[in-house]
Amino acid sequence: MIGQLIAREVRRGFSGPAWLPAAFFLLVATLVPFAIGPDPKLLARIGGGVLWVAALTAALLPIERLVEPDRADGILDQLSIRGVADESIAAAKIAGHWLTFGPLLLISAIIAALLLDVAPDQLPKLLIALFVGSLALAALAVAVASLTAGLPRAGALAGLLLLPLAIPLLIFGAAASGDNASGALLLEIAIALFVLAGSPFVAGAAIRASRT
Amino acid sequence: MSPLLCFRRVTCWRGGRVLFSDVDFELGPGEALQVAGPNGAGKSSLIRIAAGLLRPESGSVETASLALADDNLALDPELPLRRALAFWGGSTEGGLHALGLAVLRDVPVRLLSSGQRKRATLARVVASDAPLWLLDEPLNGLDSDGAALLASLVVEHRKAGGAILAASHVDLPGSWRRLELTP
Repeated sequence: MIGQLIAREVRRGFSGPAWLPAAFFLLVATLVPFAIGPDPKLLARIGGGVLWVAALTAALLPIERLVEPDRADGILDQLSIRGVADESIAAAKIAGHWLTFGPLLLISAIIAALLLDVAPDQLPKLLIALFVGSLALAALAVAVASLTAGLPRAGALAGLLLLPLAIPLLIFGAAASGDNASGALLLEIAIALFVLAGSPFVAGAAIRASRT
Repeated sequence: MSPLLCFRRVTCWRGGRVLFSDVDFELGPGEALQVAGPNGAGKSSLIRIAAGLLRPESGSVETASLALADDNLALDPELPLRRALAFWGGSTEGGLHALGLAVLRDVPVRLLSSGQRKRATLARVVASDAPLWLLDEPLNGLDSDGAALLASLVVEHRKAGGAILAASHVDLPGSWRRLELTP
């Protein structure tokens, strides 16, 4: 059932506007040179950080469709009746969400890095850091989506919850994309593992609490 | 024969009041029980407790493998009906035929009428092969043909050794034991 659930999440993701977060990510990265000017040195220096901020904001876009439609339509109830643990549902949603969100984000990051004149030797580090970060962002997004499912103005609330929680990822992820990256990357991986391990339990508890 | 559903002194407390207290019953193979009562009496809550989706304030519930049909469709709206039902496993074609939905198997779920959606939720239950059916307001949205189909499916399921717990504010067709809830 978990495999079917992951496949369903991927299908739902790609049947909807899966390209939207990636397009938003690219748009934010494209707008920055207009705002700060086309100085190549400056763009190259801040490029990694800009891409991380763009990734964080892009991660907010799909949150409202991750859990709430399934809660409102009774799909979470039917899964529970069939003995699927709420934590397993959350883990499957994280995996499915990353598969629709992560790869497109990484492809967009390559294009955006070229636009921002990020140094070629910095690009692999940036992509590794974004890969690790996108896993954690997917987990955070599902946890926040579960916590806000069924609440009024859930989209705005989700932003207020997710962005502060993602600050450690932003700090170490952006640092891991620059010089002296190895220590920062290890810390980013540690944070990502913590988030990936904890999010299914947070989301599972939130799904249980949302049943009325 | 062991019961398929067993409520032991179950009390439900919701919204700051007791909906029902010390509800005690067993449902064995071949039995059908209608939970009746006016709006707000706790019929749907009792069904959700039986399904394990709500915890009772006190008491215990034991159930066999079950299937639930309530007001929620729980089918992907963009998929053709057959594929959407197949996600839940079981004998999908059997469920479609039993509810007269075979001709709609390739129609996307989002295009079904409200009555057809109700039939689809019942088809999911029939397809599940679960011995215990939980039906919350099963007649809502059904036309007379649909109600007659449901009545015949209930009879068949009971003959096959299944049990049914249904919540309805109107009398269901056929012979049912009755549990009256009062607000």
